[in-house]
Amino acid sequence: MLKKTYENIDSIGRAILSIKAKGVHNKELAEVIYPDGKRAFAQVIAIEGDRVTLQLFGGGFGVSTDCKVRFLGKPVQVGFSDDMLGRVYSGNGQPIDGGPELHSDLIRVAGPSINPVKRLIPKNMIRTGVPMIDVFNTLVQSQKIPIFAKAGEPYNKLLANIATQTDADVIIIGGVGLKFDEFHFFKERIEEAGSKSKTIMFVHTHRDSIVEGLMVPDLALAVGERFALQGKNVFVLLSDMTQWSDYLRQVANAQDQIPANQGYPGDLYSQLASRYEKAADIDGAGSLTILGVTTMDDVTHPVPDNTGYITEGQFYMKDGYLELFGSLSRLKQQVNDRTRPDHRSIMNAMARLFSDAEERVKAQKFGSVKDDYSLRLLEYRKVFQKELMDPFRFLELEDALDLCWDILAKHFKKEEVGLSSKLVEAYWPENGEFKILKNTTDV
Amino acid sequence: MNKSKGRVVSVNESLVGVEITEGAVINGEVAYIIIEDGKKLKAEVIDVKTGNMVYLQVFEDTSWMKFGDTVEFSGLPLAVKLGPGILGSVTDGLQNPLYELAKKEWFLERGLEVAPLDTTVEWHFTPSVKKGDIVTGGSVLGSVPEKLFKHKIFVPFSMQGNYTVESIVEEGDYTIEKDIVIIKDADGNSKKLQMAFDWPVKTPMPFNKRSVPVNPLPTGIRILDALFPIAYGGTACCPGPFGAGKTVLQHSLAKHSKADIVIMAACGERAGEAVEIFKDFPELIDPKTGKSLMDRTYIVGNTSSMPVAAREASVYMATTVGEYYRKQGLDVLMLADSTSRWAQALRETSGRKEEIPGPEAFPMYISTLISAFYDRAGVDILENGETGSLSIMGTVSPAGGNFDEPVTQATLLSTGAFWGLSRALSDARKYPAIDRIDSNSKYPSLLKHEEVTFLLELLREGKTIASNILLMGEKGITDEAYITYQKAELVDAVFLQQNSFNDVDGVTDPKRLRMMFDVVKQIIDAPVTLKGKEEIRSHFNFMRQAYIDWNMVQVDDDTFQKQKSQILNLVKTMGAC
Repeated sequence: MLKKTYENIDSIGRAILSIKAKGVHNKELAEVIYPDGKRAFAQVIAIEGDRVTLQLFGGGFGVSTDCKVRFLGKPVQVGFSDDMLGRVYSGNGQPIDGGPELHSDLIRVAGPSINPVKRLIPKNMIRTGVPMIDVFNTLVQSQKIPIFAKAGEPYNKLLANIATQTDADVIIIGGVGLKFDEFHFFKERIEEAGSKSKTIMFVHTHRDSIVEGLMVPDLALAVGERFALQGKNVFVLLSDMTQWSDYLRQVANAQDQIPANQGYPGDLYSQLASRYEKAADIDGAGSLTILGVTTMDDVTHPVPDNTGYITEGQFYMKDGYLELFGSLSRLKQQVNDRTRPDHRSIMNAMARLFSDAEERVKAQKFGSVKDDYSLRLLEYRKVFQKELMDPFRFLELEDALDLCWDILAKHFKKEEVGLSSKLVEAYWPENGEFKILKNTTDV
Repeated sequence: MNKSKGRVVSVNESLVGVEITEGAVINGEVAYIIIEDGKKLKAEVIDVKTGNMVYLQVFEDTSWMKFGDTVEFSGLPLAVKLGPGILGSVTDGLQNPLYELAKKEWFLERGLEVAPLDTTVEWHFTPSVKKGDIVTGGSVLGSVPEKLFKHKIFVPFSMQGNYTVESIVEEGDYTIEKDIVIIKDADGNSKKLQMAFDWPVKTPMPFNKRSVPVNPLPTGIRILDALFPIAYGGTACCPGPFGAGKTVLQHSLAKHSKADIVIMAACGERAGEAVEIFKDFPELIDPKTGKSLMDRTYIVGNTSSMPVAAREASVYMATTVGEYYRKQGLDVLMLADSTSRWAQALRETSGRKEEIPGPEAFPMYISTLISAFYDRAGVDILENGETGSLSIMGTVSPAGGNFDEPVTQATLLSTGAFWGLSRALSDARKYPAIDRIDSNSKYPSLLKHEEVTFLLELLREGKTIASNILLMGEKGITDEAYITYQKAELVDAVFLQQNSFNDVDGVTDPKRLRMMFDVVKQIIDAPVTLKGKEEIRSHFNFMRQAYIDWNMVQVDDDTFQKQKSQILNLVKTMGAC
C-alpha cells in the first residue's frame, strides 16, 4: 500500500504536532521528514475530524512548517531477538553501543496485559542477601516493587546489586532520564558481575527527547515479556519512574489536558498501572519481576502515592539505609512461611520492639528515659541498625534470622519479646552463645 | 430491529465523538464501534450534544480506530445478566468470564465478548406456579439448586402490572436460554421468560420493604466485632494509606464473615492480589458448609491495567449482583476495593470531557454518586416474609493517606461504620491496624453497649498515660496510672491485635469472643498490689505471654482450659503480692 505524505502542518508544540490528514489510525506510527531528508518518528495520539495530533519522539524543537509527515500504517513496534542480549539501545529502540542493527522479529509495544487467571500465585522467594529484604520484606518472583528514595541515595547501586546477586535468566535495564555517570555505572556493575551476556539496556539520557524517555518502560517491558513467555525468569529494572511521570505531565500539558493533582494528568494511575501490571508469574511460562526506582522527597507526592497503590510494596531508602518502617513487601506472606518456622514471628517481634524503641527516642529528647528497660530498648535499636539495616551487607537468610535471635537475646528476657513459648524454646540462644552476633561489647 | 447508526468523528483515548447517521440515541445506551479488523469495541453513550453528536466512553483500548469507523447503537443500557451460574465465577467489569476468555487468548485482547453465564449448563428447575396463576415483577416462578442455595427464578423486577401464566414447563433440566414460562398481560400480549434476565447496572433494584440494619454481622475480626461492628445490610468505609493493611483485612473478611454470599469487586486493583483470591478460594473449605469457599463467592476482577471505563462499570455490576442475591433472601457482603480507583476513573473521564473540575480535580458530582452507591446496601423484607441483606464495605485509598480529600469525606458521610487504618499501628505491626481511638460505628456490637464503652474508655486512658510517659518518663507517673497503662496495652496486644496468618488466632467466632472478653474483663477489674514499675511490667509481660499462647490453642484442644487457668492464676497473683 502506498503511504501518503502530508505537507500542511497546522501547529508544532514542545512535543506534539498537528496536521490535517485522512484515513489515519489512532496510535499509528508516522515519520516526520525534514527538508534536508532527515527523519524522525511520531505517533498519533488524537483524532478530531481530519485534524490529527501526533506525539513527536524527537521532541518539537527544530521541526519546521515545511516538514512532511508520512503515516506508516503500523503501530509502534520493537525488535525482538536473542541476539539483543548484551546490547544497548536508545529510547526509540536503535542500537547505541556501536554494534550492528539487528534484523529481528517485530513485537507490539504497550499491548494488553495478561489475563489475571493466567497468572500464578507468586511462590518463589528471590534471595537477595540483603537482610532488610530477605528477613523483613522478602522479594518474590514476579513482584513489582519500587525503591522509594531521595535523589541522592544510592538506589541504583541497590537496584543493580539485587539484579546481579540473584539468578535471573535475563536482566533488562530501562533507564529514563539517566545522567551519563549513572548509565556508565550500570554498565560497569553488570560487567563486573559477569551478567553482561544476559542483560539488555534501553537507555534514555538527559540529552534525548522526553518522548523517547516515555517509550523506555514500554520497550523494556515488551522485550522482557517476550522472554518471560519463552519460559525465562526476567528482571526488569526501571530507573527512574518519577522522571518518567514528569515527562508524562509535560506531554499532557502540551496537549492542553485538564490536569489533576499537581499538574499530573488524570490518568497517571492508569498509565503507571499498565506498565507495572506487566509483572507476572505466567501459567505455563516464565516470570517477569519489576524493580523500579521512584525518587521522591515526600511519600504523599502524586507519583510515589499512586505507585504505592499499584506496586506490591516498596523498599524505602533513607540516609543510605533500608528503612524498617515504610518498607513493605506485600508478597512476603506467599513465601516466608516456607523458609524457617520462626521467620514470620521473629520479623514481627523485631519490628514491634523497634517501634517501641522509636517511642523512647522521642521521649529521650525530653530527658525522661532513665529506666533500665527503656535503656535496653534504645541499645537494641542501635544494634539493630548497625547489624541489619545496611543494604550492602551480604548475609544468607538463615544467618540473618539467627542474628535476629542473637540481638533479641542480647537485650531482652524471653518473656519480654512477645513470641510464643514454643518458638522461644526452639531458637533462643542459651548462655549468651550467639551464632552470628559478635560477642563483644563494642557493638 | 431498528438500530441506530453513526460514525466516528474524534478519538481522544477512551472518549470517542460520534456523529449519528441513522435513528435516535439514548443517553446511557451501549454502542459498538467496528474497527478496521472487524473487532467490535464496546462503549457507552455518556454525553449527548446538540445537533447529532454524541460522546462514547469506550470500555477498551481505542488504538487503530479512525475517522469514519462505523458505530452501531444497541438501544439498551449497560446491563448485567442475572440468573443461576453467577456463584463461583470470576469476571471482568463487563461480566466477561475471565476463565472463558483465557481459553481464547492469554492476553486481554480487545473486542472479545463471552456470554456472562454459561448457556450450556442445564439447571434442575422446579416450577412453583401453574397455568392461570397471576404473577407480577418479582414473583417467584420456580427454583433451581445453585451450589449451596435454592436459587429462585423471578419474573423480571422491571415488569409492571399483572400477568396470567399461560404455560410453564414441567420440572426438569433446562438451560438459561430455554423459554420456561409464557405469560400474558391484560391486553392479551404474551411474553416468553427464561431463567435469566438483564438488569441495568446503574439502576438500583427496588426494595420490597426496606428495614434498618440492626443485627451485627460477625466478621471473625475481634476489633470489629467488639468495637466497630458492621451490621447485616450496613455499610462500612475503610480508608488508609497504602501498606496499612487494607488488603489483608479484606481477604480476612471475605473468608470469615458470616454472610451467605461474598462478592469481591477488585476495582482497578493489583492483578496479583486478585489472583490470590481466585486461586486461593476454590481450595479453601468453608467450615460452615464443608464446601469450597468459592461456592459462595463471586469475583469481579477488573484490575488496574484493564481499560479505565470498565473500572467504573465494575462496581455497579458487583452491586447489582448483590441486590439480586438479596432478593433471593440471602445475606450478601460486598467488598469494593477500591472505591478511590472508581472515583479516579470518573475523574479521568470527566477531564477528557473537559468538565469544570471540583476539589482535587474530581468531578463536582462525585459525592452524589458515592452516597447513591452506598445507599444500594440495606435490609429488604421480602414478600414471603424472608429477609435479605446487602452489606457494602468499601476501601478508600486517599491520596497521601490524607482523609480530608473529597472521596474519603463523601464516603464518611455515606457509611455507618468507619474503620480508619493507621500507619503508626501498621509500622508497629499492631494488626489489624484499625485506629482504636478514631474509628467508630453506629451499629450494635456483639458485646453489650456498656462493655464497648468500658473498653474504649480504657483505651483512651491508656493513650493519655502513654503520652505522659513519653513526656515525663515512667518515673514521672504513679504506679496506679502505670497499671492502667499496662492494662490498656495488654488488651490491645491480646484482644485487639490478631494474627490473621495463624489458623486459630486469625478468626474468632462470637462464642470465643465472649469468652476472651470475659477474661480480659477480669484482668482489667482485678485489684493490683504490685509495687514498682519493673515488677508491674514484668508481671504483665508474663500475662501477655500466657494469653498469646492461649490465643493459638483451639477450643477443643486439651490444653485450652489449662492455658486459660494459667492466665486467671496470674490475674489472682497480681493482687496477692
